[in-house]
Amino acid sequence: MNSEFAIEARGLSKDFGKLRAVNSLDLKVPRGQIYGFLGPNGSGKSTTIRLLCGLLTPTEGSATVLDIEVPGNAEDLKPKIGYMTQRFSLFGDLTVFENLLFIAEIYSYPVSGRSARVDELLERYDLISQRNQLAGTMSGGQRQKLALACAVLHHPDLLLLDEPTSAVDPQSRRDFWENLFRLAGSGTTILVSTHYMDEAERCHRLAILDHGAKVADGTPQELQDATGMHIVEVVAEDPYAAQAAIHELTEVASITQLGIRLRVLIPDTHERPRETVERVLAARNIAATTRMTSATLEDVFVAVTSKPPGGAV
Amino acid sequence: MSISRIMAIVKKEVRQLRRDRLTFGMVVGLPVIQMLLFGYAINTDVRHLRTAVTDQAGTHLSQQFVAELGQTQVVDIIEFVETAEQLEDRLRRGKISIGVLIPADFDRRVSDQLRAAAQLLVDGSDPTILGVANQLRTMPFRLDSARPLTEQQQIFEVRPYYNPERRTPVNIIPGLMGVILTMTMILFTSVAIVRERERGNLELLINTPLSSTELMVGKVIPYIVIGMLQLALILAVGRLLFDVPVRGSVADLYLAASAFIAANLALGLLISTAAKTQFQAMQMMVFILLPSILLSGFMFPFDGMPKFAQYIGEALPNTHFIRLTRGIMLRDASLAELTSDLLYLLGFTVVAMGIAAMRFTKRLD
Repeated sequence: MNSEFAIEARGLSKDFGKLRAVNSLDLKVPRGQIYGFLGPNGSGKSTTIRLLCGLLTPTEGSATVLDIEVPGNAEDLKPKIGYMTQRFSLFGDLTVFENLLFIAEIYSYPVSGRSARVDELLERYDLISQRNQLAGTMSGGQRQKLALACAVLHHPDLLLLDEPTSAVDPQSRRDFWENLFRLAGSGTTILVSTHYMDEAERCHRLAILDHGAKVADGTPQELQDATGMHIVEVVAEDPYAAQAAIHELTEVASITQLGIRLRVLIPDTHERPRETVERVLAARNIAATTRMTSATLEDVFVAVTSKPPGGAV
Repeated sequence: MSISRIMAIVKKEVRQLRRDRLTFGMVVGLPVIQMLLFGYAINTDVRHLRTAVTDQAGTHLSQQFVAELGQTQVVDIIEFVETAEQLEDRLRRGKISIGVLIPADFDRRVSDQLRAAAQLLVDGSDPTILGVANQLRTMPFRLDSARPLTEQQQIFEVRPYYNPERRTPVNIIPGLMGVILTMTMILFTSVAIVRERERGNLELLINTPLSSTELMVGKVIPYIVIGMLQLALILAVGRLLFDVPVRGSVADLYLAASAFIAANLALGLLISTAAKTQFQAMQMMVFILLPSILLSGFMFPFDGMPKFAQYIGEALPNTHFIRLTRGIMLRDASLAELTSDLLYLLGFTVVAMGIAAMRFTKRLD
């Protein structure tokens, strides 16, 4: 009986000594989608992924991954998942071809189709010219392609990708995401952690993690619609002075500077935010134009991970 | 358990080993270098030992005797001193290895069949020098004015200082086999798994269907072969350069070595489950290697050690292997006569492997 969710976690917690790395996490990842974990370093993204594939034993709670209970039956899960570690974990002193062949052997890929599958992956991931190159001598982008090729070699139903693009240039990241969409299109569920906003925006759904807890989840659009913040964009010739002035407003949740523009987040419990900002700027004689704007994912991220009003950034 | 997955690990290990020049070099280089280094120590044909002479006789005969002694090239006479105390002093400070004391009544002693004519004061802290002194003792001197010495008569009386125990140099190679195998086998296996942990490969491997046992067995197989090759190399070098015999059966020797290699590989795996880094693995390896050299009977006779040290020695695989190799190679004993040592090695392997497999989980916590 297949559940409609590839991953269901219930109150998943993990302590390392006194540190609570993951704090009673509830998670539902629908099948065939790209699900993102967005969070700063140390927010528990890697730990959660490791809990989900049975590498770590949860302190509390449990998870069902592809209808298999983890950590209890983690070994049954292994053939069905592909896992890409944050750090390059293939063998640097083996060639691209040898790495792929090794993975095929470890997953007991049928001998008859083995070399065809390896050739197919070499072509699909644009590694033909690197076929006989030692993996350790390749660039970050090439390594990621190899890692992804190895992770999907055995046609897993679920891909767990732990910050796959953190050491990769923008073009390689684009290519990488194109591959992810193609895999998702063919039915693979993908869980990917990232700290890049543009990557988070590409996910079908995402969860924002902070200090081991899930602070928001939904589709990127849902999250942007439900920030609970007014966003006032201020364009000032002297953004530093403007920032200092706006800082004095107690209702401001955060200010982010983008060149000469300031994005001011004010909780939507406050009325007429734009006028409030304009008033304080006028009182200081600071020339600036203001306008209301809609939230970006970054605003969402700032809103849910920053302290409530008063604790402006 | 899947044979094809084990073979996948074996193939990978061999490929990596072939590219890892340092390790590959150690497989061949370590035994050869150690054999050559220790080989010099067991080479009894030592020449140019620094020697001082006290000639209390000062006769024509004694002077001629000293000249003859110098011509043997075994000793280099670097100093003449007045008294026996001065000889002892130089010996103690390591200035000389041999002191020659010619007593005042040398001429009379030479013609006396019952008494030695002179004394050799030997630095017995070095067993090789002691061996040389024993050679000198039986070396025939042709002293033209005296009547010819008979075969039996000894011109020297040997008084070994610091170490009254005399060892057979050929003892060293069988023991050295154990030391070399301990060093390389434990080092290779312990590092082989810890290195994968350090490089992050292990996180990938434990997320595949590969089982702990398959990984362990696959890791160990290439090193069993390497251990066998090293053994052949040691035996060949021992035979060709140092003329060390294998008086017993070579098959027995290989059987004993198989058990010993297995025990060391199991120990290496055990270390790999405890060490977090390659450096830690090496530290632990040294912790086992030192007693394997010092307390196994390789360097010092086992019976001469205090009880406590003997207990430690008994626990070490090398102690039992040295007994096996000395028995088989030198005393022509058969494996059947040495079962207790063989059984210990097998038992050790089973226990160490069991603990290692228990400790190695496919988990990160």
